[in-house]
Amino acid sequence: MFNALTGLNQKVGNYPGITVDKKEGVCKLSRGVKAHILDLPGTYSLNASSIDENVVIELLLNKKDKDFPDVAVVVADVENLKRNLLLFTQIKDLKIPTLLVINMNDVMARKGITLDIPKLEKLLNTKIALVSTRKGTGLQVLKSLIEGYRTLPKTQCLDATGIDPNYFDRLQKAFPNQEVYKLWLVIAQDVNFGKLARKELDVSQFRTKSISELKRLQQQEAIKRYQFINGVLKTCQVIDRSKAKDLRSKLDRILTHKIWGYLIFFGILMTIFQAIYDWATFPMDLIDTTFASLAEWVKNSFPNGGKLTELVAEGVVSGIGGVVIFIPQIAFLFLFISILEESGYMSRVVFLMDRIMRRFGISGKSVVPLISGTACAIPAVMATRNIENWKERLITILVVPFTTCAARLPVYLIIIALIIPEGTFLGFSFQALTLMSLYLIGFGMAIFSAYILDRVMKKERKSFFVVEMPNYKLPLLKNVLITVIEKTKTFVLEAGKIILAISIVLWVMASFGPGEKFKNAESIVTQNNADIPKFELDDKIAAYRLEHSYIGIVGKTIEPVIKPLGYDWKIGIGLVASFAAREVFVGTLATIYSVGSASEGENIDTIKTKMANERYSDGRKVFTLASGISLLLFYAFAMQCMSTLAIVKRETKSWKWPMVQLVGMSIIAYIFALIAFQILN
Amino acid sequence: MGLTIADLKKGERGIIIDSSSKDIPLKLLEMGCLPGNEVKLLQLAPFSDPLYLNVNDSFLAIRKDTAALILIDRIDG
Repeated sequence: MFNALTGLNQKVGNYPGITVDKKEGVCKLSRGVKAHILDLPGTYSLNASSIDENVVIELLLNKKDKDFPDVAVVVADVENLKRNLLLFTQIKDLKIPTLLVINMNDVMARKGITLDIPKLEKLLNTKIALVSTRKGTGLQVLKSLIEGYRTLPKTQCLDATGIDPNYFDRLQKAFPNQEVYKLWLVIAQDVNFGKLARKELDVSQFRTKSISELKRLQQQEAIKRYQFINGVLKTCQVIDRSKAKDLRSKLDRILTHKIWGYLIFFGILMTIFQAIYDWATFPMDLIDTTFASLAEWVKNSFPNGGKLTELVAEGVVSGIGGVVIFIPQIAFLFLFISILEESGYMSRVVFLMDRIMRRFGISGKSVVPLISGTACAIPAVMATRNIENWKERLITILVVPFTTCAARLPVYLIIIALIIPEGTFLGFSFQALTLMSLYLIGFGMAIFSAYILDRVMKKERKSFFVVEMPNYKLPLLKNVLITVIEKTKTFVLEAGKIILAISIVLWVMASFGPGEKFKNAESIVTQNNADIPKFELDDKIAAYRLEHSYIGIVGKTIEPVIKPLGYDWKIGIGLVASFAAREVFVGTLATIYSVGSASEGENIDTIKTKMANERYSDGRKVFTLASGISLLLFYAFAMQCMSTLAIVKRETKSWKWPMVQLVGMSIIAYIFALIAFQILN
Repeated sequence: MGLTIADLKKGERGIIIDSSSKDIPLKLLEMGCLPGNEVKLLQLAPFSDPLYLNVNDSFLAIRKDTAALILIDRIDG
């Protein structure tokens, strides 16, 4: 609905202090009249059980909020009308002008549903717009209704206080200036969601009922509202079930089947995987070579090779290239994930996987974060919010960073291309199989550590697991594309900032150094190598200089620690830089190697060729099977992403858990990389 | 304890007579899991858990331990 009204004319921000997406947009209602539209997170009612839902309640309760709406538009699905009306009647009780949109009216005939709209409008005290976002019908009616919001009645639909008149009387007397329903929501809210600091409305001294009595009252409220809604729908809605073609039960019979269900799920996972590896390689290669030639172009066309030109060519362009190269794969991942979610299939996966996942201490709902984790751990950690049980949610958050995120891909791809020979096994290329094993290893480690954490952490009995099983629908291309564009953009911009900053810092650290050795590199090297050709000498000077630059010193300092894993000090620099964000690894090596090779006039090679030619001073290659596998495993397990740590801190509200992740995962990574290198070497 | 949703077999229906246990999440009640409403067991995941239900025209899945808290009368036929 929001997409239909605003199109791409929207922006996604954050609510202050929390990481709930705040989607805003502008919609042109008529000539000269525009509406500012705020898309609130979906909720079933005004009784919040998650931070996302809480945003809705906090906003609707606070008249002083700058986002407090002139008119609330409740969007109901024609097939879930009954349930969606619960929220509608609650908002009406807050005396906010409220419009009802009944969406998907194009399927009404097919499902055998008929509605008496004028009567419904009368009984619900509102105006109704019948809309189909799929067909794009009814939007004009909705726009004109929004524009005429001032004429909407503010009267409520039913008197919910009838469930306990005495209690609500006393409540009203205690706060004579407030809406009684608003007071009740605040009290109920504190029961559901824990205490929130409120300046405007403090109900904490009004405590005449125990928590279980309040819960009982909430239940009675729901019953009362459903009595009203059922009564209304009885007179306004006719459902001829014989007309309904039962696509749902047919598809469910296969998709939630004990055997077929799982086979189809794994088939879909395989397809996604194939797409990321296969379809994305072409645009990625294109981007890689484009940026290499761009760097060369910058070098040649800017004035006489000064320090600034070098910074742009070697630091900035390589750095940006390292981000842009992600775009095809991230876009593919977000594409698949949003198709799975929009179609209603994801809920079936949750249903299928719950029992199995619970064995490992997580929930069926953890599958969604674990799959989204293959794009990026940040949205994945946020996707854990709908897991009701705190322990299951915490374990999911802790293990999600093990899944192979998009940021690991460039590292994997380049190392695989370097060390795994071409060739096929049963029709699959060795390289694709290696990549797949890495995904499996990541997923396996996530499950295994969940199991361990479940054993270590104390038990929590209540599960509170409820999953809505939506109808199957064909995903709307427009919605899918908007999601893909938005998410990819955010990811690239966020990651881009970090990568750009790190590239510049690295370049500066590599271009300057303390002491005499860096300053007099040229004379020292020339003295020691008197009779070698000029170009070789230049290379030696550059290498010597890098070794004694600030970054060289850092790399050399950690070399003893990483040597047992098979890495040299240049890789060490990449590792250090990767602790900010692992995707900088490739860019870092690119920066280091272009700084390292001074040969003027030569083509600037792509990163891959540079890495393949990298050798120790005794002529051994740096990237061998042993050091490559060790590096792959290190990246598979290490916690190298400051943004994820920050988000985990926010979601768990303590530094304890991100620190557990950082230390635990790094130790695991070190041990596995060590074992791999020592065995293979 | 009387009959609960957890006792239904695939395809069977019942009428909810009590869902007031404090361990039943509010969200479930809001989706229509309330006394007087009809419930049908549509599908069971492996190991009979979770359960895929149609309650009051809502389609949802809950775990067996929650289902065992909701008392019903079986509807025959």
